[in-house]
Amino acid sequence: MTAAPGLDAALDTAAVTTAGAGRRKPLRLGRRRLTFDYVSFLLVFLVVPVAIFLIFVISPFVQAVYYSMTNWTGFSAEMDFVGLKNFVRLFTDTTFLQAMGNNIVLAIFVPLITLSIALIFASMITVGGPSTGQVRGLAGSSFYRVVSFFPYVIPAIVIGILWALIYSPEGLLNGILEMVGLDPNGFAWLGDERTAMGASIFVIVWGMVGFYMVLFIAAIKGIPSEIYEAARIDGAGRYRTSISITLPLIRDNVQTAVIYIGILALDAFVYMAALNSTGGPGNTTLVMSQYLYRTAFEKSQFGLASAMGVVLAVVTLVFAAIVFLINRLTGGRDDEGRL
Amino acid sequence: MSEKTQTLIAIDPRRARKDAALIRRPRSTGGDKVVGTISHVILAIWSIIVILPLLWTLFSSFKSTGEIFDSPFALPASWDLTNYVNAWTKYNFGQMFLNTVIVVGVALVLVMLLGAMCAYVLARFSVPGSRVIYYLMLAGLTFPVFLAIVPLFFILQGIGLLGTLPGLIITYVAFALPFTVFFLYSFFRSLPYEIQEAAYVDGASEWRTFFQVMLPMAKPGLAAVGILNFLGLWNQFLLPVALNPNASQYVLSQGMAAFASAAGYEVDQGALFAAVIITIVPVLIVYIFFQRQLQGSVSQGTSR
Repeated sequence: MTAAPGLDAALDTAAVTTAGAGRRKPLRLGRRRLTFDYVSFLLVFLVVPVAIFLIFVISPFVQAVYYSMTNWTGFSAEMDFVGLKNFVRLFTDTTFLQAMGNNIVLAIFVPLITLSIALIFASMITVGGPSTGQVRGLAGSSFYRVVSFFPYVIPAIVIGILWALIYSPEGLLNGILEMVGLDPNGFAWLGDERTAMGASIFVIVWGMVGFYMVLFIAAIKGIPSEIYEAARIDGAGRYRTSISITLPLIRDNVQTAVIYIGILALDAFVYMAALNSTGGPGNTTLVMSQYLYRTAFEKSQFGLASAMGVVLAVVTLVFAAIVFLINRLTGGRDDEGRL
Repeated sequence: MSEKTQTLIAIDPRRARKDAALIRRPRSTGGDKVVGTISHVILAIWSIIVILPLLWTLFSSFKSTGEIFDSPFALPASWDLTNYVNAWTKYNFGQMFLNTVIVVGVALVLVMLLGAMCAYVLARFSVPGSRVIYYLMLAGLTFPVFLAIVPLFFILQGIGLLGTLPGLIITYVAFALPFTVFFLYSFFRSLPYEIQEAAYVDGASEWRTFFQVMLPMAKPGLAAVGILNFLGLWNQFLLPVALNPNASQYVLSQGMAAFASAAGYEVDQGALFAAVIITIVPVLIVYIFFQRQLQGSVSQGTSR
């Protein structure tokens, strides 16, 4: 269940924390004698957590791959091995393909919009201040930081329900439009094929911008201010500084962020289920995870649902691989050139 | 730059820079003002977009359903707590709140303890197979939970824990474990080895070394990962919704979803808003008290 060997090193970066540069070898504290103390210590400290992890996380992953090749319905013990039939069925199922398409749309636009906004805000807050004197951010920027970050701590399901209410015909959005003189005429933002997806994307963006803003602020603050001062002396303006200095120097943070939010967009279950529990008008907001959930827990087609899970996992890995590839192709050279 | 500052730079760069700043007070140029104003306007608009829905929720939670549909902006007619009482007792959010506190509380303590123990061993002892465990944890962190959800359902059913709070707790612990271990792994690595050795020399057992020497030293890391875990577990949705089908065992997030979708427009909107507030208040409190640490731990946990 480990990723392809080429990905391993790459995934290392994506993992929340790794040992940091230069893994030190653990100190060998002499050859340990197997005393009662040491054995009981290892048993409890390592075996218990790892056992829980293997039973409840790893073994379900492995089983899912096996189930995906059966026609199991869950209620009888018998299941037939059907090979790749489930996958063939999935890729001829127009609803599933539509759900996958929606996931891909999400995986492209959610990271793009969220991270662009987050980057712009982060630059304003850290280096957007006066262009003379020390490199500074805007005055009073901590207020914006605290406010924007707040949606991150609100449960995603609450965010979804809240925005479903806001988008409803009698909701806040139409109220505001009426107030500024437009006549929305009870427009159902989530009930129309043209707006449902866009409205859903905005909800995820709303929830996530603050988190990535904070992430980028920390990254930009890690750039030595001398570099900015030098750029300034060379006559670089704000726009130029952001594109040629900030972005290349926080490239790795951006990559990590794209992967995080991409994985979130490829799941998107909570948001989509709360906004349009049935998949939206004409299934325009149906995502794979919703379809999987329905197939498993409403139709009890567990074999087929597991196959969807495998597809979802593969799509996630492919997404991560593409991001690494793009970063490698556009970047490696730049990094060395500039530093 | 004046003659004076140049000499100062030669003598003491730090002081010179301070003095230079005094001499050359940053003057805002016209362009700066325009850019500054535009930036402030954009950020202020975003802040409004963030705050307005939350304020609207707060106000609506005090309104009757009729009032809510009447006008989204009107202040509530009276600030009575009917909606909150209804949500808490009639719609059972009190029980759900209690369930959530139990599940999140126990799972948080367990995952912090087990995660810290596991990270400690992986980071500081050369145990055979630790590399494999490390990569399995990485896989657990990367693969979508959705892949595991069907088999997980039957594993819990098999051991009789499906739809029970202990079953939910153990899955919460298992799925929060990889993140916790990764975070604390780097933390335990960075602690000095001399202290551990000193503890052994003084005759402390492995157990005692961990609980009385190493664990207290890892407090900052524990706090950071603890806050993130609390939020993650409190906000958990998929696991309870798939593995906890009994209404009496509901946690807040799934109860909220069930309540919102149960009756469509027939739903008691006022109570729904009140339930939203009830769910947000605990995370709001955590946010207000730990705002700084939280933002710190976000960047600490993700930008390495």
